[in-house]
Amino acid sequence: MKPIATTRSATGIPTGKLAVWWLIASEIVIFGGLLGSYIMHRLGHPEFGGYASHTNTVAGAINTFVLLTSSLTAVLAHHAAEQKDGEKAFKYLWFTIAGAATFVIVKSFEWHHEIEQGYTVTANMFWSFYYCAAGLHGLHVIAGAIMMAIVSFRARAGKELQQVELVGLYWHFVDLVWIFLFPLLYIAK
Amino acid sequence: MAQPETPETEPHSEHTGDDHGHDDHHEQSFVSKYILSTDHKMIAMQYMFTGMIMALIGGFMVYAFRTQLAYPGISVPGYGTVSAGEYNALVTNHGTIMIFWVAMPVLIAAFGNYLIPLMLGCDDMVFPRLNRLSYQIFLLSAIVLVVSFFVPGGGFGGAWTAYPPLSAKAEYSLTPLGSTLWLVAVALEFVAFLIGGINFVTTAMNSRAPGMKMFDMPIVIWMIVIASILFMASVGPLIAGAVMLFFDQNVGTAFFDPDRGGDPMLWQHLFWFFGHPEVYVVLLPACGITAEILTVFSRKKMFAYKTVINTALGTGILSFFVWAHHQFISGIDPRMANVFTITTVIISIPIAEMMFVYVATLYGGSITFSTPMLWALSFVVEFLLGGVTGLFLGASGADIYFHDTYFVLAHFHYTFVPIAILGTFAGITFWFPKMFGRMMSDKWGKIHFWGTVIPFNLIFIPLFMLGAAGQHRRIYSYENFPELAVPALQDLRILATNSLYVMLAFQVIFLINFFYSAFKGKKASKNPWDSNTLEWTAASPPPHGNFPGAMPNVYRGPYEYSHPDREDDFWPQDEPA
Repeated sequence: MKPIATTRSATGIPTGKLAVWWLIASEIVIFGGLLGSYIMHRLGHPEFGGYASHTNTVAGAINTFVLLTSSLTAVLAHHAAEQKDGEKAFKYLWFTIAGAATFVIVKSFEWHHEIEQGYTVTANMFWSFYYCAAGLHGLHVIAGAIMMAIVSFRARAGKELQQVELVGLYWHFVDLVWIFLFPLLYIAK
Repeated sequence: MAQPETPETEPHSEHTGDDHGHDDHHEQSFVSKYILSTDHKMIAMQYMFTGMIMALIGGFMVYAFRTQLAYPGISVPGYGTVSAGEYNALVTNHGTIMIFWVAMPVLIAAFGNYLIPLMLGCDDMVFPRLNRLSYQIFLLSAIVLVVSFFVPGGGFGGAWTAYPPLSAKAEYSLTPLGSTLWLVAVALEFVAFLIGGINFVTTAMNSRAPGMKMFDMPIVIWMIVIASILFMASVGPLIAGAVMLFFDQNVGTAFFDPDRGGDPMLWQHLFWFFGHPEVYVVLLPACGITAEILTVFSRKKMFAYKTVINTALGTGILSFFVWAHHQFISGIDPRMANVFTITTVIISIPIAEMMFVYVATLYGGSITFSTPMLWALSFVVEFLLGGVTGLFLGASGADIYFHDTYFVLAHFHYTFVPIAILGTFAGITFWFPKMFGRMMSDKWGKIHFWGTVIPFNLIFIPLFMLGAAGQHRRIYSYENFPELAVPALQDLRILATNSLYVMLAFQVIFLINFFYSAFKGKKASKNPWDSNTLEWTAASPPPHGNFPGAMPNVYRGPYEYSHPDREDDFWPQDEPA
């Protein structure tokens, strides 16, 4: 039996959505702290620009494109879920998961190459921030993909279709973090 | 957070661990009733008892290191001789435990879990399984911390603020495993409270009883919700900082290592950006508990209910702009010190206002000096002393002298002890009849009260004097400081330590009163204090689902006491007009 508490909605916003927004808010502060620290260091260390030129901007751009596309399929999945089409939502969610997988694969080739060249996490402060921030974001990509997989099977069974939107919200947040990371770590010279 | 809207399909657990005979519908195994319960009342008890056990550990630590300070070199009964390294680990973990494993779990998690659904007139939290997960992560964090005392090298000794490079390098801290486990424990604790906080905030926003508007919620619920939001908004940068410090400790990065381009000041900023709002995270729930008790036992409507809420919100916002007052002598720009002095002095205004509102609530009331009321009144009085002494430290000029002395230590104990000890006892003695269905002994409650409050002042007034005399903190023995080793100052140390023994001894009375009353106390009625809020309309203790039959509707605010048109001097929120 569902507790009565879960069925109420004094604000008019579904409880699940409210919780996802609070989750995103607390995650923004976590990334905000990390990126704020990075920016403060960056402003004090012009030489970071030189280190940043060794990042693979092409790989970063490809990943940006992949993530943005996956956000589109997440929206399409939400749209399908609103039409009560669980089968279609399932399909689009798996397109999104494929985007997440591509992102992680590109990232691992990129890191492999960089580490081979000696740009490891301990090389200097720039690379420490680079691996920390991108690594934390990467963990969010993986976590998001796992959540989407769980939700996709429920959606296919026609259950809990509202969760498609919730996981989509989270995915947009993961995407947005990358939109900040990419210029900060790769492009700014 | 994978499945925010998953329905709670498991059967509800029975209510809390008492000896009542509510053995309706199904028998449950010990594990599913007490360990894996998703019932908010059971989770509240788990948090409370874990907090109490951790308080005993934290209390034992202070007993050991205060004995060393008063009687240097003595073999502490029950502990043995305290070495310099152990002394550091003891003070560090005493502070860490009392804030993160006592004040937070009891004031926010235990009272929050217990009171939010009951006071809002619903049957559980909106995410019962997340609630259970939050406790399990919290328990894991407590275990990791306790384990860290026993690893090779011993527990972390770099102070609860964990400033690098001391905390970042094993060759400085000499606790290669202890520092990392300490950091992991604190980070896990943060995760537990983030999950719990999201649950609290969403429940309060969405699951109020029909008819209950935001401004019909009892103040204690407001305070716990605001505290949860403050925590969520401030802890993020420190989580990022904890990841960076972990990398510095174990991977070899140099985020906080000045030799290799890092910046130790960065940690101080990340830490205190969290650390100062954290003061209000624990203060506000204690203020909320006090507000409930003051109105009930003065039989008067809360004076300026909305002002209290707005004050708390304002304080919360201001608390994000004062953090660098902890760093006045860390080499920050003196112009910044001016700014932070001003914001720090400003933040004393709303809190002073809140205390005035509480006094105004008492004015003209018919006051009963019950045990919870004594605790609540002592909270107001003692916290005021703590707040006033803070002004000396907030002023950057005076702080240059007082920084890192026992004056600072006495100041924040005069705020934290009222919060975490006086406020907690106020709450426990007030809601005990609801939690366990039995009354605590009022006589022994009062003996415990005086036996706690008097020694508390006798511990920390001498420490103010020692601080003003220039005694620095975190010194293992003052024998090597000729100007501090004089008998006049040593006598003050002995007075403080002996008072501590008295205070600790009186806690035994509390424990006996607590456990004896829980099993053998006088049976409590539904509403022993003639209170208005919804938890008192449920049975004592509340059964599974809290309000069997009809869920309550709400018709008015929580503080309608001594209404002129009514014979009864209270007017429950759920009574139709």
